[in-house]
Amino acid sequence: MEKSHELYWKKVLGLIRNVLIVWFLCSYGAGIMFASALDKIKLGGYPLGFWFAQQGSIYIFVALIFIYAKLMGKIDEEFDVEEK
Amino acid sequence: MSLQATIYLVVGLTFALYIGIAFWARAGSTKEFYVAGGGVHPIANGMATGADWMSAASFISMAGMIGYMGYGGALFLMGWTGGYVLLAMLLAPYLRKFGKFTVPDFFKARFYSDTATIVAVICLLVASTTYIIGQMTGVGVAFSRFLGVSNNVGVVVGMAIVFVYAVFGGMKGITYTQVAQYWVLIVAYTIPAIFISFQLTGNPIPQLGLGSIFSGSDMHMLEKLDHIVNDLGFGEYTTALPGNKLNMFMATASLMIGTAGLPHVIIRFFTVPKVKDARSSAGWALVFIAILYTTAPAVAAMARLNLHSTINTAVQSGGDVFAEEASIQYDNRPEWFKRWEVTGLLKFEDKNADGRIQYYNDKSKDPEFLAKTGKAGWQGNELSVNNDIIVLANPEIARLPNWVIALVAAGGLAAALSTAAGLLLAISSAISHDLLKNMFMKDLTEKGELMAGRIAMAAAIVGSGYLGMNPPDFAAGTVALAFGLAASSLFPALMMGIFSKTMNKQGAIAGMLAGLFATMFYVFAHTGIFYIKGTEFYQFFGGKDFFFGISPNGFGAVGAVINFAVAFAVKNMTAPVPSHIAEMVENVRIPRGAGEATGGH
Repeated sequence: MEKSHELYWKKVLGLIRNVLIVWFLCSYGAGIMFASALDKIKLGGYPLGFWFAQQGSIYIFVALIFIYAKLMGKIDEEFDVEEK
Repeated sequence: MSLQATIYLVVGLTFALYIGIAFWARAGSTKEFYVAGGGVHPIANGMATGADWMSAASFISMAGMIGYMGYGGALFLMGWTGGYVLLAMLLAPYLRKFGKFTVPDFFKARFYSDTATIVAVICLLVASTTYIIGQMTGVGVAFSRFLGVSNNVGVVVGMAIVFVYAVFGGMKGITYTQVAQYWVLIVAYTIPAIFISFQLTGNPIPQLGLGSIFSGSDMHMLEKLDHIVNDLGFGEYTTALPGNKLNMFMATASLMIGTAGLPHVIIRFFTVPKVKDARSSAGWALVFIAILYTTAPAVAAMARLNLHSTINTAVQSGGDVFAEEASIQYDNRPEWFKRWEVTGLLKFEDKNADGRIQYYNDKSKDPEFLAKTGKAGWQGNELSVNNDIIVLANPEIARLPNWVIALVAAGGLAAALSTAAGLLLAISSAISHDLLKNMFMKDLTEKGELMAGRIAMAAAIVGSGYLGMNPPDFAAGTVALAFGLAASSLFPALMMGIFSKTMNKQGAIAGMLAGLFATMFYVFAHTGIFYIKGTEFYQFFGGKDFFFGISPNGFGAVGAVINFAVAFAVKNMTAPVPSHIAEMVENVRIPRGAGEATGGH
């Protein structure tokens, strides 16, 4: 039990870390730090950096939460800790 | 039907709906009063969270601020949405598993200390109270501008409506009215946006319209806007920064962390049946929020373009904006212009006495531009535009029918009332549950606590109504403090309570206080001590934004880092955490055995 609990938590932290990396790269990365460079690329009428800052990062945030929720559900089942 | 009558009808109908829901959803127990009985469907909770979250500021002011700031306005867009990712992964499911009624409940159990609880309650009360002043003034503003009654009458009517469903229904009444209010506000926000996007670009979806070709030209919407604002001496729309990049980075981070730490948002996730639901419900909340937040930048850019092309006809035709006849004559200004002049949101001052309106950036430092304005005989910007007008007057600027204008009035009220109700619940539960039941009157019965909750709610409504009618002149600056406190004290402490098994009460309290004082110090340096004018002291540190050019709005994230650092340093110097607390943390980390939220111990 002790061992499996540790492994469960390790997996959860790994998932959170991965989601946060994407979260950071699309908002702070593409939307702020590299926005001026990305602006040279056009997405329709949007400069790409501007699009990430005012549109794209929000869509990605939504997707990230649902992906996280789904993968957490899988980890819960794998370790048999889900709610009955 | 006249515009005024239509507005009365639409607003009246929405109010009748909220009161109807209030009668249906009365609270019979503390559990219903604090967490709506714990059986709210995750999608319904997401919708209620959306309405709870989107305030008068989001609905009325945000698009205007983005329109004014351009690209840099993205700090609000990302800041006020990205926090939900943090909330969904780091706090909501675990606090739901913990299964109590309030946020300070968690502090009491996890940090086994009344001091920690009191610090949490103080942060909660300060953050929620400063926030609610803005909502109440928003209610007054919406009433006075659309319904032609005085500000104070507006606030009293708003208080009466909230009273009915918040005092009797508690969280249960609030939740289901928020679901209704979400629909009112989102329809009111998107319909004008769809119309305007279609008018300007031929694409009815605002999110796509913003990236489309501007009708009647061969230029993309944003390209056109960049040209126009450039021509008129403003910073380029798609790249304008608020200060510097670091400031934009930190302001975004502070809003994100603050969002995740605001108690009135967190407690919404105590109302769902399962831990699993808390995770998905955060996703649904963000879906409903994203509908408005991805529309706002389109509204912002299109309204800005509309406004410029109304004032300067050369904008539309692509001619010379400096030509004399390009600026419209004041006497020929449109009807909506006159209507909003009365409210003071638009002000014209004919500086060069030519009877025409020149609207441009007279603070530009570009010598070439200044030479052109000098040659044209412009003697300063003649139009001052309040940011709020972008959303409020947009339907009129775009010549939409009266029912759309009425809908915007109802939507603004829904946004302000739903957020006010959520904040009132956070305030009243902190008083009746955390202070009375858990600390000073431990033998309070269930019935007594429910009554205390209702009295606290009623008192909070009256108090916030009073503040709404007599807003302290610092009210506008307090958003920085609300988010700063949530980011620098509440969020780090909650996170460490879950993710560190060894964090003890000494560390948590020291961290919270350090984050709190650092943030207050920085904010007060700019605004005056407790907002008293004349007591600003930033000059002693080398001028405004003295910490690497970061504005007070962006300091919450720095406060959070200070909180974490101090907490771990103090923890390592003091007695370790008791073993039963470490076991409790282990237990909080797994979903099984969550059960429904209870106030029991």
